[in-house]
Amino acid sequence: MGSNEAPAKKPAKSRVTAENLADKQHEISVTEFFEKNKQVLGFDSRAKSLLMGVKEAVDNSLDACEESEHLPDIIVKISRTGEDEYKVSIEDNGPGIVHRAMPNVFGRLLYGSRFHALRQSRGQQGIGISATVMFANISTGRPAHVASRIEGEDEVAWEMDIAVDTKTNRPIVTNDRAFSWPGKAHGTLVEYTTECRYMTGRQSIFEYLKETAIVNPHARIEFHDPEGKAYIFERATEIMPPKSKEIKPHPQGMEIGDMMNYSSISEQKTVKDFLKNDFCRMTARLAGEVCEIAGVSPDTDPHDLGREGSMQLLKGISAVKIQDPPADCLSPIGDVLIKKGLMHTLEGMRPEYYATPVTRSPKSVNGNPFCIEAGIVYGGDIPADGQVTIMRFANRVPLLYQQGADIITKAISEVDWRRYGLEQRGGKGVPYGPAIIMVHMASTKVPFTSEGKEAIAYFPEIEAEMVAALKLCARNLKSHLNKMDKKTKTHEKFDIVQGLLPDLANKVAEQLGRPVPDLSRTISKIMNVVWIEPSREKIPDGRRITYTIYNYTIRPHTFMLHLQIPAECMNDTITGGPLFDSAKEDGKSQWLIKDLAASTSVQVSFELKGEMADTFDPDDAYISGINPIIVMGAESLPGDWGIKGMKITESEEDYVQDSSDEEEGEEELEDEFDNEEDDEE
Amino acid sequence: MNDRQKAALESLTKIAEDIYADLDKGDIPAMRLPLRSKRNIEFDPMTQVWKYGNMKTLRTAKTTQGATTMLRTAYTTDFINEMIRENKSSTLREMYYISEGWNRAKFHSQDESNLLAEDLETVTHCLREDFKLRPEEGSSHVYGDINFEIQTRKGPKITNCMDDVSEAGFGIPYTVEKESFAIKGHNLKFVMAIETGGMFARLIENGFPERENCLLVHLSGQPTRSTRRLLKRLNEEENLPVVVFTDGDPWSFRIFASIAYGAIKTAHISDYLATPTAQFVGITASDILNYDLPTDKLSDKDIAALNAELTDPRFNDEFWDMEIRAMLDMNKKAEQQALAKYGLDYVTDTYLPEKLTQMGIM
Repeated sequence: MGSNEAPAKKPAKSRVTAENLADKQHEISVTEFFEKNKQVLGFDSRAKSLLMGVKEAVDNSLDACEESEHLPDIIVKISRTGEDEYKVSIEDNGPGIVHRAMPNVFGRLLYGSRFHALRQSRGQQGIGISATVMFANISTGRPAHVASRIEGEDEVAWEMDIAVDTKTNRPIVTNDRAFSWPGKAHGTLVEYTTECRYMTGRQSIFEYLKETAIVNPHARIEFHDPEGKAYIFERATEIMPPKSKEIKPHPQGMEIGDMMNYSSISEQKTVKDFLKNDFCRMTARLAGEVCEIAGVSPDTDPHDLGREGSMQLLKGISAVKIQDPPADCLSPIGDVLIKKGLMHTLEGMRPEYYATPVTRSPKSVNGNPFCIEAGIVYGGDIPADGQVTIMRFANRVPLLYQQGADIITKAISEVDWRRYGLEQRGGKGVPYGPAIIMVHMASTKVPFTSEGKEAIAYFPEIEAEMVAALKLCARNLKSHLNKMDKKTKTHEKFDIVQGLLPDLANKVAEQLGRPVPDLSRTISKIMNVVWIEPSREKIPDGRRITYTIYNYTIRPHTFMLHLQIPAECMNDTITGGPLFDSAKEDGKSQWLIKDLAASTSVQVSFELKGEMADTFDPDDAYISGINPIIVMGAESLPGDWGIKGMKITESEEDYVQDSSDEEEGEEELEDEFDNEEDDEE
Repeated sequence: MNDRQKAALESLTKIAEDIYADLDKGDIPAMRLPLRSKRNIEFDPMTQVWKYGNMKTLRTAKTTQGATTMLRTAYTTDFINEMIRENKSSTLREMYYISEGWNRAKFHSQDESNLLAEDLETVTHCLREDFKLRPEEGSSHVYGDINFEIQTRKGPKITNCMDDVSEAGFGIPYTVEKESFAIKGHNLKFVMAIETGGMFARLIENGFPERENCLLVHLSGQPTRSTRRLLKRLNEEENLPVVVFTDGDPWSFRIFASIAYGAIKTAHISDYLATPTAQFVGITASDILNYDLPTDKLSDKDIAALNAELTDPRFNDEFWDMEIRAMLDMNKKAEQQALAKYGLDYVTDTYLPEKLTQMGIM
């Protein structure tokens, strides 16, 4: 999958209004919930309960904004009101909640719109915000304050205080009144006082919001901490994530309980119709095949299937080849936006490299489609002396607790990172080094290890996808590290020919009383490269990119330089440049370097403007028409570039083979000697 | 300027000329040097010591390290030639400081400048002394009934290393060549080189040198060139047996190896420094068991050093193979002074007489 930019605006009719949402919301019995979810809520410590509350509110806000296609603006404020008492307020610019639904949304457990829907969303049960309100209510005896305004010129804002009656699971509303909310077109505010402990560090609200900003680059998040400091994560992109769609369950990998459940509530009259209509990717032909293999008559009433029949059907399903679930029900972040989110949020650490993130195509586990994405950030001020930082995400929500129990940690531990340039003891376990590894799982149902939604459970299918994504990403990292290595070597050669060698010539000439010899042939022999050095400089609203191309060989060269310019950024400074040759619609551009004489250099320089300017990595430069062995700073044009590069026209014998590797090897023997024998004398 | 110095000057100028010629031809300057590693030392049956073999390393100006070392070579040869011409000399440390003014050729540590001086020795087949370079201090001290004649500012002076010195002993000068340092009679049966100052003082206090007609040589760690050269001269010219008494740990084994077999770093002058007939007294791994000595556990570094010795050709004989493996097996090491467990006189009354009798020295 490549980038998935959805159009920023959609026709107004497809917009889910608050009214629609209200219609869909219905009651879920608490007993049912608790039966299904033994380990509940995650309010098990005071530090955690504060974070859980903020998390539930922010998740809800982001979901609501996404569904209603508003670019989210979220403000989180925490202030201290007592020894262990804090006031928490979360405000968003979502669609708002209709007046009549407000008490139930905030004051009644398990009230929500998603319990039976199969779609990717942050909150997967309607437990969160009302549980937060209830917990706050119990710990301080104070009700929560809620305000909301829905869209529309003639709508007014409503506010009220809400408490939860724990016996009846019904909201107790006081001070219900309409008010004018200046400057607020639509949105919701929830404010509650709770007993808790405020923490900083890895499992803090700041960290949670920072990581939320990474995977939600379309959101603007403001955080006011109890000290009165404000942190603002600005929006990194105006592009909304594509809206996820509800889908029917995918038959593959379903468990027996699910099958029995689905068949018992089906509205279909026959098993064949049940298979065909209640599942995705099932055709009449496939349904027939399944029935035949299962030995179940296609005309059986699905309600009569029972355990036996369901088992048989599952057997049949596993024997046929069914298409993967449709991808459009998932909303992965996409490689481009992951990179933008990472760059935006981690700028302060000045990372040396953002490995091109990987978005895998969707697969399914237990009938639920899922999609894995991974990204790696390397170097800069990221601490190098410990284990790498792992950032785990499920449906765009950061997971801060139970890292050790998470399949993401396990998948990372399975990869042999030593092959990709990170340290790892014995090739297993969490690697060491200056890196941040992020993994995101998008799914209609993320299988958490517990209802606290803190860690993703282990499934081989998921692990395989994660390992594949990580390896792809790691390969990018490795090629970057190789490139840097090559670059260091080239810089080393520059130091030699520009400093050490002239000094050496002067010194021996002086000592012998002879003229200083001409060094140009020796220099060409040492360098023996065409060197392409990129530089990037910040300019207002963009970047200026300059490639300086030196010919440090003993003859002239003609070749083509290829770059993938972000298509949005194409402009006259690119196409109008003197060496510019041509560009394609997708931004793939080329420059012709003609007859670059020995010991001379030229520059290719242009500006990139706009939002995508910073996603261009100047190190990703390609060449054709020249033997790549003698080029430093650019790779050979890859086969999948889509065009044929220039043919190499110069004959092979023009190249002086660089035999430096061999001799450097011999030089290293001396190093070994230096280290081993320093005890002598 | 004597002949040796003249030869040194010519050889050093030749190095600069070779570099110049390479540059003038448009080639990459290169130097070939013997590989100074334990993989490249060979036993020379003629002299019975270990010397560099035929493996060479090629130093070229293609790498930063290579080019930097060549630039330093150019500066160093020029500096030494100037000293030879002006009849001056400098210590190795002084040369290190003088390089402060050499810009890119500056040495970053004295190890680097010492190594380069050794490199020049291997290329020119001259000695450091011919380059007018000397170590900063004289080396070790000796104690015993022997007369040395040294050149002082007032002329030659003879010193008896027992009667004319304090208990600290006689300090050996940095060069002990015949021209400036002569052996003028002695009343000795053997020479014993001792690693630690504590043991050196113990044996003097116990009257061991007088009683056994022994010359004590204090090594204080890895022996310097002049110490090793003196041991060699005493052995060759005066036919005195040399024994080495050290701690019982891997580093002490290396001290013995550098005295008896030649050091890896100075294998180009092994036949000038090493005493192939030197014998190891102890502390051996077997001593630790036989004398039930107090011990320390081997550190990780000790273990690594022992394992490295197993692949060191100099230790490739039955005795050392057994000793090293025994030490690894028991995972213990012991100091010379551990013998004090049995009292201060034990070393001179029991241990040394027993060991030296076994070796046929006493």
